[in-house]
Amino acid sequence: MSSPLIEITAKKNSSEAIVEPFYLNLGPQHPSTHGVLRLVLELDGETILRCDPVVGYLHRGVEKLAENLNYNQTIVLSDRLDYIASVANNIVFALAFEKLFNLKVPRRARLLRTIVGEMARISSHLLWLATHALDIGAMTVFLYCFRDRERLLNIFEKICGARLTHSYVRIGGVRLDFTVDIVEDLYKFTEEFPHLITEYETLIDVNRIWLKRTKDIAVVTPEEAINLGLTGPVLRGSGIPYDVRKFRPYDAYDEVEFEVPVGEKGDTYDRYRVRMIEMRQSNKIIRQCLDKLKETEGEPVLAEDSPDLLIPERVREPEPKPHPKRGFIFTGREVSVVPVGEAFASIESPKGELAVYVVSDGSNRPWRLRLRMPSFVHISAIPELTKGHMIADLIAIIGTLDVVLGDCDR
Amino acid sequence: MKDLLSVIRDEFGKFILEVREEDLPTVIIKRDGFLEFIDFLRKEGFNHLLDLCAVDYLNYKPEKKIERFEVVYHLYSIPKRELLRVKVPIAESDCWQYSLTSFWKAANWFERECFDMFGIRFKGHPDLRRLLMPEDWEGHPLRKDYPVELPEEKEWKAYRKFKTKAKGAQ
Amino acid sequence: MDLSLLPAFVIMLIIYLVLLLLALLHVAYLTYVERKIIARMQQRLGPNRVGPRGLLQPIADVLKLLHKEDIIPSAVDRPVFLIAPLIALVCGASGLAFIPLWDKFVLSNLNVGLLFILALSSLSAYGVILSGWASNSRYAFLGALRASAQVISYEIAMSLALLSVVLMAGSFNLQEIVRAQAESPFKAFVFPQIIAFFIFMVSAIAETNRVPFDLPEAETELVAGYFVEYSGIRFALFYLAEYFGMVIMSGLAATCFLGGYLGPFEIPGLPFFWFLLKLYLLLFFYIWVRATLPRYRYDQLMGLGWKILIPLSLANLFLTALFKLWL
Repeated sequence: MSSPLIEITAKKNSSEAIVEPFYLNLGPQHPSTHGVLRLVLELDGETILRCDPVVGYLHRGVEKLAENLNYNQTIVLSDRLDYIASVANNIVFALAFEKLFNLKVPRRARLLRTIVGEMARISSHLLWLATHALDIGAMTVFLYCFRDRERLLNIFEKICGARLTHSYVRIGGVRLDFTVDIVEDLYKFTEEFPHLITEYETLIDVNRIWLKRTKDIAVVTPEEAINLGLTGPVLRGSGIPYDVRKFRPYDAYDEVEFEVPVGEKGDTYDRYRVRMIEMRQSNKIIRQCLDKLKETEGEPVLAEDSPDLLIPERVREPEPKPHPKRGFIFTGREVSVVPVGEAFASIESPKGELAVYVVSDGSNRPWRLRLRMPSFVHISAIPELTKGHMIADLIAIIGTLDVVLGDCDR
Repeated sequence: MKDLLSVIRDEFGKFILEVREEDLPTVIIKRDGFLEFIDFLRKEGFNHLLDLCAVDYLNYKPEKKIERFEVVYHLYSIPKRELLRVKVPIAESDCWQYSLTSFWKAANWFERECFDMFGIRFKGHPDLRRLLMPEDWEGHPLRKDYPVELPEEKEWKAYRKFKTKAKGAQ
Repeated sequence: MDLSLLPAFVIMLIIYLVLLLLALLHVAYLTYVERKIIARMQQRLGPNRVGPRGLLQPIADVLKLLHKEDIIPSAVDRPVFLIAPLIALVCGASGLAFIPLWDKFVLSNLNVGLLFILALSSLSAYGVILSGWASNSRYAFLGALRASAQVISYEIAMSLALLSVVLMAGSFNLQEIVRAQAESPFKAFVFPQIIAFFIFMVSAIAETNRVPFDLPEAETELVAGYFVEYSGIRFALFYLAEYFGMVIMSGLAATCFLGGYLGPFEIPGLPFFWFLLKLYLLLFFYIWVRATLPRYRYDQLMGLGWKILIPLSLANLFLTALFKLWL
């Protein structure tokens, strides 16, 4: 053995063991960190003593970019934030800008937004269940969920032509109306989906290993959950029925009936149950909105004075040309068509509470666009949640928080 | 909400710069009385720190701001279902603000990000490091005098090193 | 040297080679069958591009792995790193020689065959531990730690379960065990020793590091565990060792509990029929489990081993001993 170790042993009191922490660098390239999350772990055997998340590997400066694009163009940026449920990001951007512009959105557009928002919730939760189960080792659930998510993505493709980055919601409404075909597909899907959820539940809900791996793991008390800023299913798993859809209804959520599930203990299993019930509720919401859609047949889906229709005519800006170096960052003339002021909008995205704070200086580009992303806050809670747990639990905790790094890093 | 705002006006009159009610009830308050004010709000039921961010008002045309920066807090009261915005102007020459980490653990990363992007220091923060940008990054990207694209000689050191290495390999 | 021994020696060598080739083929096609079956269970297709129904896929895989560069990271302990996969494979695969495939066909009819297989499978843990240690990587190190703890604790339960069988048969010779089963009123030890059989199957899954006990190589936690730094053919050797382990454990279970090569009736012209049938059924069980169950946590796994399986197998052993004593 090398001499330094002997020296240390000699110096130390013989009754005292030399304890040196074992450091493990988990990520940014790791199969179960859901992207490029890096965690520096200090371990004692397999037990985590300290955990320091390092983020920013996917930082694209969306907030800075948005200050240099006009309002419509920022919608496209929003797709790239939480790319699992990009419609949710579209909606919150549009809601904030509509508040700023004082636009009134037609009812049909609000219904359509609610439908696609809930579709995004289902597809996001399906992906969450798939990856969470895979992280814990249940491979079959993963593929079952992907099979059904595929159907939703196909419907999305019919709606707007894109499967992942939709850009479907526009300021003042939505881009396109649903065709008869889509409504039929959705009816069929909502009819079958509850049975599919039952199928996943039969696979894992009675499985003893699954229960052992999720029950009593990362218990969050209600006070702790609020203190950590957790929102969405994670907060509701701790027993607080805070849901933006109920507390500050937007779009058509005041028209539909649904329940907000809450957990009892606030452990990983409760959060799993909450999300499973949420999927059923989303299914119900889509169903109701589809029925209401018949009442608004033929109505417009975009507000009359939406900038999507008006800005090009009123402003008559030259077509944005790709700058040789800067690509499509648009720096056209500044024309005062937007009211000066600020607006704040928040929605219940599948991951949690997603908020946008926009400050306008009257030009066609936002002065400041602040994004409050759920994953960002949830990742900041990982050190608190993992204390005293094992590596295997850490993986389960990352899964149960449902983080997306595009969402966190912006 | 109206009652609360009038109470705020009475109790914190000497610190309050302005109370607005445009899209949201907004309180603009001096930095000095800020911590007591937040403590008061917490007792009033504003238990959820929804958002914490800064805005840079350098050369802001529509109105003359008192100071260059503003730190904006969005607080929500889950029991009362009320939303409140609190703004604190911060001078460029005296660029710091009190940390809220003793009230909310959630403030930890918000403040780190704010420091990273605007260079506003938070007094009382346990671990104020850069968050999204690399540790050896120079400048604070979300300030208005920071360009969208840096000239080549000012690019991040590590990136420049990689670039020369890649060129050498070709 | 006596020349008359030569033909016997050559015949023996040919038999060895044929058996090795068959075993390798079995292992290769076990990967294919596993992928196909799991694909069916998960409502997808599985390999279907190379050859009809993807039948040539294992061969393509082997060729690919042979062609790949054998990357040896600079920080590894070189000699140990190079030799570790060989230890794992050799110890894992040579157990095959002691399993009687047929009444007249067993390569090495050793009187302590069962002990020898257990010893070899314990030794194969060295391959895992050494590879984890030599890789000089923290993931591999953690994987090796988990593997050694797991293999040692489940070995005990497995040995105790097999000891009950030895008590029943009165011999360590596998051939004898099969005969003892034929002579016993039950025809197979699985009926009187159902607890031992259960313990053996669970421990065997743990011993071969398969789901739900695949902690040493848990992909979502330790990326690949102890062989994370290996590539190319050395990686394939670990893979082979795992599948050999499955085959041997299934073979052992078939021999010790299910009556080995004996069946309810003789099938003319197909001497290995019953043994292979039992082997395939047990292998299917492994694959089925993999498609169904999530993974245990480290401490839960140790708890299951030490708090449930070992006391249970001990109790079973005592019961068996008393049973033998009084009857």
